[in-house]
Amino acid sequence: MRVNKKIKIELYYYMRLGRAIEERLESLYRQGRMPSAIYLGRGQEAITVGAAMALEDGDTIATTHRDVIAMLPRGMDPKMIFAQHYGKVTSPTKGRGEATYLGDMSKGIFTTVSMLPDFYPVSAGAALSFKLQKMPNVALAFSGDGATSRGDFHEALNFASVLQLPAVFVVENNHFAYSTPNSKEMKVDQISTRAIAYDMEGSTIDGNDVLTVYENIKKAVDKARGGKGPTLIEAVTMRMKGHSGHDPMNYVPEELLEKWRKKDPIDNYQRRLKKEGTLTKEEIVRVSEEIEKTVEDAVAFAEESPFPREEDLVLDVYR
Amino acid sequence: MSTVKEKVNATNKEAQLKQSSYLEAISLALWEELERDDRVFLIGEDIGVYGGAFKVTEGFLDHFGEDRIIDAPLEETGFIGAAIGAALTGLRPVVEIQYADFISCGWDQIVNVAAKMHYRSFEPVPIVIRSPSGAGLRAGPFHSQSPEAWFSHVPGLKVVVPGTPYDAKGLLKSAIRDDNPVIFFEHKYLYRRLKEDLPDEDYTIPIGKADVKRFGEDISLITYGAMLQKSLEAADRLISEGISMEIIDLRTIYPLDIETIIDSVKKTSKAMIVHEDIRTLGIGSEVAANIADAAFEYLDGPIKRVTAPDIPVPFSPILEDAFLPQTDDIVHAATELFNY
Ligand SMILES: Cc1ncc(C[n+]2csc(CCOP(=O)(O)OP(=O)(O)O)c2C)c(N)n1
Ligand SMILES: [Mg+2]
Repeated sequence: MRVNKKIKIELYYYMRLGRAIEERLESLYRQGRMPSAIYLGRGQEAITVGAAMALEDGDTIATTHRDVIAMLPRGMDPKMIFAQHYGKVTSPTKGRGEATYLGDMSKGIFTTVSMLPDFYPVSAGAALSFKLQKMPNVALAFSGDGATSRGDFHEALNFASVLQLPAVFVVENNHFAYSTPNSKEMKVDQISTRAIAYDMEGSTIDGNDVLTVYENIKKAVDKARGGKGPTLIEAVTMRMKGHSGHDPMNYVPEELLEKWRKKDPIDNYQRRLKKEGTLTKEEIVRVSEEIEKTVEDAVAFAEESPFPREEDLVLDVYR
Repeated sequence: MSTVKEKVNATNKEAQLKQSSYLEAISLALWEELERDDRVFLIGEDIGVYGGAFKVTEGFLDHFGEDRIIDAPLEETGFIGAAIGAALTGLRPVVEIQYADFISCGWDQIVNVAAKMHYRSFEPVPIVIRSPSGAGLRAGPFHSQSPEAWFSHVPGLKVVVPGTPYDAKGLLKSAIRDDNPVIFFEHKYLYRRLKEDLPDEDYTIPIGKADVKRFGEDISLITYGAMLQKSLEAADRLISEGISMEIIDLRTIYPLDIETIIDSVKKTSKAMIVHEDIRTLGIGSEVAANIADAAFEYLDGPIKRVTAPDIPVPFSPILEDAFLPQTDDIVHAATELFNY
């Protein structure tokens, strides 16, 4: 598959934007400026952005706590991410939900929950809906490595396979589930081998190479769209920050982090784009400036937005 | 100084005392029970190397080893079910659910397997499932719930909701020694905020027994969990209005200690219930029904409830504060009831 220049640049832009948003979230959190917890996906940008870019309008995406930046290519405004963390009424949940649990069905983005991986079955349900309504769409869901231990993961895969649904299941294998290393989570070396049990295609890919991610997930998406059923894709990466803002992750050996720092998905991709001439120094500067402004505006928007009104506390529990 | 503390001090006048937080009290109970009975083991997510999301079991792995402090895979159904199996075959597992909100992921094993075992097979299921519940930490709809009432509708389970460090320690020991499945909710807002003197020697607090934390004349206020502290605060403020509150801490909500409640209401003739859980079919409903049933003729006013509204726990600070019953709300309701 040849990835055209426009997409290459978009992949670059969204990874950079996503990282900048998360860096700002972290500093605001450390300054005590936001009431929300933070879950950072630093180091995993190639997977979240690459997967999200492989989708089309009308497709759905189900994120976990750690991949809010996957919403960016699907059209989520960075302002919404900050407003959500600030608990402001201008956020998609109007301040009712915290952290990365926001969404927008008009953009195909589910508003997910903390319970993992509850949106694997839900995503399979969206795929079922597309099939029943004869819509040419695909449902993509993310899970962490740890959450593949839960029954919901397996039930969703089985369901999607039995009914041959247009679904793509992505596992971000970042080697840890909170403090629990994969060695205590599972006996399989490759999570993608779990697909065998459901007679589903499964593959393991380099999750730090955005082009690899994009190409492989695009292939699975196209296959699903073509009525050829679901795929499980394990993208291998590393969680470069603690589980959440308060976790110093003392349980992760420094050498492991050092090894993965060299595989930074953005640094490497930028180098490659420069080398092949897709990206110039000037363009990098321009992107940096644009991103800085976008993040500034988004933070200002969140800061200036009002909190929800107490009077509205009990509204909207039902339609 | 709170009356709770006065009371503990009084009962332990001679004993050697040590200040412990609510969290430390729970850690101590676990530690001492692990030392006392080698059938006891702990299992849950991130409880070993990491010492638990709230650090309740910090240092346990080094001391007790991997067979007794088990880091479970992320699968609540799996390890709750496994704990039940271990309980049926001679061990006494204590399960940690990282946040009470996630207990629903293991719901079926708890309510169908553990709860209904003894009634049919006469086999005990000595398992404790302990978990941090409750709001107030800006943690949003999925890390703040108070799911205690769900389990108080399931015969075969016992549901414990301690409101003080002293009670938490004594009740957790009782839970571990109990031959029935006990669901033990620890209010996470209290973990590091509430401290009191604990005796050094081993003690237990009976499950199913409420405690009168403050004696009073005018109104019986029935509460539990984190609302105990707000209720005591309200009672302090009401003294200056000339209103004398009797504060009953349920400590166990299933089975309910109806006798203690009724005795108090017969004395005061007025009753109110305060809980953080939402209103509809919260424990307040059951307490009110029991009072209406057994003390109707003694009542000199409506049975009042101060609870959260029937909505999910919202995240934004303004909303969460409005969601939670506050001391002002308790004072207001008590004053109205007093003047009724
Ligand atoms: C059912 C359930 N149990 C427990 C938790 C608490 N929890 C939040 S994230 C997490 C670890 C998740 O690990 P993984 O699936 O690998 O995702 P990652 O955080 O690494 O992205 C845990 C245990 C949860 N969210 N859901
Ligand atoms: Mg992980």
